[in-house]
Amino acid sequence: MPELRNFTLNFGPQHPAAHGVLRMVLELDGEVVMRADPHIGLLHRATEKLAETKTWIQSVPYMDRLDYMSMMCNEHAYCMAIERLLQIEVPLRAQYIRVMFDEITRILNHLLWVGCHGLDVGAMTMVLYAFREREDLVDAYEAVSGARMHAAYYRPGGVYRDLPDRLAQYKESKWKSAAQIKPFNEARSGSLLDFLDDFASRFPKLLDEYETLLTDNRIWKQRLVDVGIVSPERALQRGFTGPMLRGSGIAWDLRKKQPYEVYDRLDFDIPVGKTGDSYDRYLVRMEEMRQSNRILKQCIDWLRRNPGPVMSDNHKVSPPSREAMKSNMEELIHHFKLCTEGMHVPEGEVYSAVEHPKGEFGIYVISDGANKPYRLKIRPPGYVHLSAMDEMVCGHMLADVVTIIGSQDVVFGEIDR
Amino acid sequence: MSSVTLEALSQGLQKHLGDRIKSLQIAFGEVTIEVDAADYLAVMQTLRDEPELSFEELIDLCGVDYSAYASVRRDGKRFAVVSHLISISRNRRLRVRCFAPDDDFPSVPSVTAVWNVADWFEREAFDLFGIVFPGHHDLRRILTDYGFIGHPFRKDFPISGYVEMRYDPEQQRVIYQPVTIEPREITPRIVREATYGKAENA
Repeated sequence: MPELRNFTLNFGPQHPAAHGVLRMVLELDGEVVMRADPHIGLLHRATEKLAETKTWIQSVPYMDRLDYMSMMCNEHAYCMAIERLLQIEVPLRAQYIRVMFDEITRILNHLLWVGCHGLDVGAMTMVLYAFREREDLVDAYEAVSGARMHAAYYRPGGVYRDLPDRLAQYKESKWKSAAQIKPFNEARSGSLLDFLDDFASRFPKLLDEYETLLTDNRIWKQRLVDVGIVSPERALQRGFTGPMLRGSGIAWDLRKKQPYEVYDRLDFDIPVGKTGDSYDRYLVRMEEMRQSNRILKQCIDWLRRNPGPVMSDNHKVSPPSREAMKSNMEELIHHFKLCTEGMHVPEGEVYSAVEHPKGEFGIYVISDGANKPYRLKIRPPGYVHLSAMDEMVCGHMLADVVTIIGSQDVVFGEIDR
Repeated sequence: MSSVTLEALSQGLQKHLGDRIKSLQIAFGEVTIEVDAADYLAVMQTLRDEPELSFEELIDLCGVDYSAYASVRRDGKRFAVVSHLISISRNRRLRVRCFAPDDDFPSVPSVTAVWNVADWFEREAFDLFGIVFPGHHDLRRILTDYGFIGHPFRKDFPISGYVEMRYDPEQQRVIYQPVTIEPREITPRIVREATYGKAENA
């Protein structure tokens, strides 16, 4: 009789379905996974240590690079932590802009997720559609911050600047004639809010399109239904948050339960799953996009009607305007101190969390009163979800590992930090 | 959290934990308790199981190195483990801090049996700070490289590290060598007097 033993397989770190640099050592019995040991840290950049050596404001762009698929939400948690320590008030318009961009970010993240998840599982078309819509939203990022990904748009005390009145236009070239680019520029002829309004009115129909591709698709359901079931009790034990927790049937959303910024003034619903399998998490995320779109519309309405400042006028925190700086001694001093030494944050510690597209993203900062954080701890949702990988894949087939990685929606920028 | 819930929470904590709480602070709308390493595990178990408290989820657990803290405090102990708990049913948050009694061999009991999620968080604290968690079933390094030496988030570990990696054309393989870059500090770290930067002094 031949000797039988388990087969150990190295999954990644350079595997297209590993969503980055995940190396997983899988122990297989035939095609059934007996044990999964994820090896992470291949993208570790010691962001938390670096932040200790940088002034408070200099770390804002680092936050973009954590979860590089939902940039502004990361900045949001970081800025909110500093604001709470400083106890400064953010202007209402800035709060609405933040909420609007949080929801844009959520749609961006979920679009990428549905595209890549589809790609992993074999629905090749999805990613093409998803990236078409992402294009419009990264254009919105570009319009406010100048960068399509790493925006550094949120700042302690507000946002960097107000929404622009006009957008970049497509230009005629030897490849595209004026007649060809005219439809592209139509939505871009007004302000950013007009552009987003146009997007928000188109988006629900596009979501329906995605759902016709996937929701009742036989292959999609065969791959997702009853794969990676997490019971509510286990989800709490494993520290799940966000869509992963809601997929398991626990209605927990920080935007509702512990509202920050202006979420308590907005009208939206929280989708909750039933069985806690990958298919439920898919449905939850699809519905979240619809709800984000609703919030987006309400924010656009409010922002159209209410102009105002978008940055705190406390110049110990936010820089004065260029004009004031050049005509006023006081402002010049403020500008100089802020740009050389940076802001000082009073002694204390604070944990601020936002409902990030992937779950609860938290920033825990300890300040000893210096112009740099004493200790910064990032609480990444993906790290926690990936730590449950072993439990979720045990007993499933090798091909289901890919489905489960996809349904966890992991990004290694935040997991490895 | 509102001041009413903060008050209710701190009363509930006093009632169920009693003397095991070394200190209880309320600041910035958050409650922080400090416990001894000897009581730590029992306190965490109570926090989860007591119906009046019911902190079902461990949100975060991290190590902190207090050795370079501006104002000397906390009776000189260096390493602490800070956990953030959340109660889903009561919608409350709590921070628990536990100092490791021995600076040279920091050790704090593992809470993996109470919340399974602590597994990777404790591995991370071990990797980055060298805090040992007795009771943890698989305390390996997690974020640093295979074969890494030292605990990089300790305050005495330089930001540029000790070794760098490069490809050596003569040996035709990747080698480690001592770092060749000088660490530099562009903006120095400054602690101002207590009232500096407060909004009302603007």
